[in-house]
Amino acid sequence: MNVAIVKYNAGNIESVKNALNRLDVDSVVSDDAEILKSADKVIFPGVGEASTAMEYLRERRLDEVIKSLTQPVLGICLGMQLLCNYSEENDTKCLGLLPYKVRLFEPDKLKVPHMGWNTISDLQGELFENVADNSYVYFVHSFYVEDGIETVATCDYSLKFSAAIQYKNFYAVQFHTEKSGEVGEKILANFLRI
Amino acid sequence: MLAKRIIPCLDVKDGRTVKGTNFVNLRDAGDAVELGKLYSEQGADELVFLDITATNEKRKTLSALVKKIAAEINIPFTVGGGINTLEDIEILLESGADKVSINTSAVKNPQILADGAKNFGSQCIVFAVDARLVGETWKVFLNGGRVATDLEAIETVKRGVDAGAGEILLTSMNADGTKDGFEIDLTRTVSEAINVPVIASGGAGTEEHFVEAFEKGKADAGLAASIFHFQEISIPHLKNYLKDRNIAVRI
Repeated sequence: MNVAIVKYNAGNIESVKNALNRLDVDSVVSDDAEILKSADKVIFPGVGEASTAMEYLRERRLDEVIKSLTQPVLGICLGMQLLCNYSEENDTKCLGLLPYKVRLFEPDKLKVPHMGWNTISDLQGELFENVADNSYVYFVHSFYVEDGIETVATCDYSLKFSAAIQYKNFYAVQFHTEKSGEVGEKILANFLRI
Repeated sequence: MLAKRIIPCLDVKDGRTVKGTNFVNLRDAGDAVELGKLYSEQGADELVFLDITATNEKRKTLSALVKKIAAEINIPFTVGGGINTLEDIEILLESGADKVSINTSAVKNPQILADGAKNFGSQCIVFAVDARLVGETWKVFLNGGRVATDLEAIETVKRGVDAGAGEILLTSMNADGTKDGFEIDLTRTVSEAINVPVIASGGAGTEEHFVEAFEKGKADAGLAASIFHFQEISIPHLKNYLKDRNIAVRI
């Protein structure tokens, strides 16, 4: 299998590559349109800030490349948020593949960022095959995607938000599969089997 | 529900753990990667590697170690020790560390927290503060507790958070090594004063101490070293104990 990781100014690219190595899956990190388009699977990682990331993607026309992908794509953390319409993080217009707004957790309710291991539930679809409801996964984020009809996993942190989304060939998780122990590895392996 | 985190801390020198461990089932108890992996398998939620090497070759050794850890371990880990510049942060994060812990240099110059947060996000910038009770005031100490300052601990923590720290690693020098329990009042005061997670450190001796840190101290995570290394407390047992006390933990 030929897995490509989108190369851009995001912080967890190596971690994702390491996680794939642990599953004995080779991957290539690239910002080349042809390599990304011809891959069997594409992973769109992300730790960072939305407007800087979008600017970087637009400058290199990677925004158009990502939108044009037809194979299974997995957005992780900021990668999930960037697939949405808009992010409150520095008032950023995102890729618009998912019809959602990305919102900031209200800091007066709980600590922000939402950092640590939290449970996911309402699990649906092939991403969560053989993953038990209320499994713990690792989150680090201050912004969240609202719970909506494409949501395939939810998490509760002062409110119910979307821990994972599936729309057409786009899959996305707010938590870090690459840092979520065995559960994370299973979800990543499930994605690679799609 | 967001789980309370249990974090073993490993002191590393020249790429190997020091202070010793008591694990008979490890091929090489001094190997930082192997020990980290064992803790990860036992259910540790995160790992902290504290580098105490003091050589010029340090940065190279440390980044090589961080790369090895990142390749093997599937939970988040923090690296700290002697981080002075933005470049130090960058090297460690690029090698695969999820967070860096900054102590002395951040107390002296909080701008490094601001620069780190701006460049890499506040989620990976941990501000480590060592506090000791002097009279009736918690004061900040530097260089692993050897150097006193006149800075008040809680104000220093707040300044660090304002600058951009995304998490606080709070060590009580009074409690550290005593095994008499975490410094509950200090932990709670800090946790209530700021809106980022607080890791309580120093003093863990029993499982009940972790209950106190979470329930009374309002800590988000509990860090310990020797009790784990010498198997006085096992992580699976600790987590079951916490679960029985209705504390959310990942099992």
